[in-house]
Amino acid sequence: MVAEPVDVAVIGAGPAGLACATRAAQAGLSVVLLDEQETVGGQIYRAIERSDAQRREILGPDYVAGAALAAEFARSGAAYVPNASVWQVTRERSVHYLKDGKVGSFEAKRVVLATGALERPFPIPGWTLPGVLTAGAAQILLKSAGEVPMEPPVLVGCGPLLYLLGWQYVRAGVPIRALVDTTRNDDRWRAKRHLLSALRAWPDLRKGLQLIRTLREAGVPIHEAADDLRIEGAPGEDGTERAHALSFSVRGVPQRIEANVILLHQGVVPNTQFSWSLRAAHRWDDAQLCFTPQTDSWGELDVTGIFVAGDGGGIAGAKAAQAQGEVTALAIIAQLEAIDQATRDRAAGPLLRRLADARRIRPFLDSLYRPRDENRVPQDDVVVCRCEEVSAGEVRRIVALGCEGPNQAKSFGRCGMGPCQGRMCGLTVTELIADARKVPPASVGYYRIRPPIKPLTLGELAGE
Amino acid sequence: MTSKPLFRVLAPLAPAVADATVQIWFNDQPLDVPGGRSVAAALLAAGVQRFRATPVTGAPRGPYCMMGACFECLVEIDGVPSRKSCLVTVQDGMRIHSQEGARDLPFDADQASPHATQENAHGR
Repeated sequence: MVAEPVDVAVIGAGPAGLACATRAAQAGLSVVLLDEQETVGGQIYRAIERSDAQRREILGPDYVAGAALAAEFARSGAAYVPNASVWQVTRERSVHYLKDGKVGSFEAKRVVLATGALERPFPIPGWTLPGVLTAGAAQILLKSAGEVPMEPPVLVGCGPLLYLLGWQYVRAGVPIRALVDTTRNDDRWRAKRHLLSALRAWPDLRKGLQLIRTLREAGVPIHEAADDLRIEGAPGEDGTERAHALSFSVRGVPQRIEANVILLHQGVVPNTQFSWSLRAAHRWDDAQLCFTPQTDSWGELDVTGIFVAGDGGGIAGAKAAQAQGEVTALAIIAQLEAIDQATRDRAAGPLLRRLADARRIRPFLDSLYRPRDENRVPQDDVVVCRCEEVSAGEVRRIVALGCEGPNQAKSFGRCGMGPCQGRMCGLTVTELIADARKVPPASVGYYRIRPPIKPLTLGELAGE
Repeated sequence: MTSKPLFRVLAPLAPAVADATVQIWFNDQPLDVPGGRSVAAALLAAGVQRFRATPVTGAPRGPYCMMGACFECLVEIDGVPSRKSCLVTVQDGMRIHSQEGARDLPFDADQASPHATQENAHGR
């Protein structure tokens, strides 16, 4: 590597990455932002720069909020590398990526991981069938391609994104077969102790209530307290087995709804592939039921010079991510001596208050929309590792043989060994093993994630 | 190879670039799809439900996450296997094949089709 290192490499062009790159570039630092998508915005502001007034009207004000951020980034002078899959970040801060079939790499003085969130795995019978997508996937089709289900879909699970998608479909005039909600009264009861702090975030709370009310007023059938979720398959016209119906029960009463598009959602979790691959310290978050990387208040990991900003460090949403991106930028600007610490702290004050405000509703939401045990730790016949088709029963059998953690389970049974590298099964396998061994998830740990974080061929690697 | 589409383009939501239809080939059949979107979004709107078959049991799979994380939408595009169709923009004339099981190495002696030297020739 002969080139001078850049000051800051930012990975991910969602709210955290955009805000961080913009702020750092405005302070005169050299910044490179890499992102896997074709346009900026991450998933929340996907295709924001291509949106006209009508799209924005349907998608709503929270989506439109991304336009200003994208515009400011475009003016900031930061370099932007779209369509780039970063496949390795080393502890020494070299960044390796794949773009258009070619590998590239560079050194950075500071690295910011702004890789956001993934939808939590939703392992239920039939979740691998064509026609079953995540609510987030349906929203991406809506935002990036203007596509909606041909026939009325069933929305299944719980959480703000599920209701937001329903709200957007209603505004777009798309009929919804049903909302099958897993939330029960005991969830509401449990969430009540966080109500006071949620009330202080009244605009957020009101917005959430408005989403569900819109669905009710539009006449969408809502089935609450659903359990025993099962997706049934049937051959389509081309003979392919695909989703055909959702069966479930409500307080013991069996129900069945036919649909060929079934959209699942039970919250989002941090995308921790990079922080794990860097061997950074993580902790199990019992409220959000996921691992989060441990950072200081500026977002720096226990790996010097590498930061996490946004939902990748714990789920708090777009507004928090944006504030955190700026806070991280300030820390980096100060570390690279473009400002002194007093200036940093003064500038960070209002951002930290915004961050605290944005986080205020989280304990309430985490409690109210805590995904049900049965939908996280499924019964034996359910596939948990979609890539290698390993069932929950197989993982339990491996545990009974004496296997104590995910990495042994991987060696014994191949779960987590496919191309998604555990993104779709990691948390499920951790919780399955914890449940089978009757120990906390923290003591079970997670897969050992190794580069390449995204698959690349030996030929591509040889091109470096 | 195709069925009634699972998704349709909703006119007011479609970006301006999506108006143009492009012609691609899916498993050697010509297919008109809406342009200006990912290959996965284009195939879904054109009635493709089975994007690949799993290497282990041959089970059919289609897009699940649409954001490059799940690897369920893998297809072969212009001879290159294991492309995440949700991350590749559809282009006129693209030759796309469903990914059947594990990708093969080039040169499969007992495949005589013109694609025999392409990877991923299982079961076609």
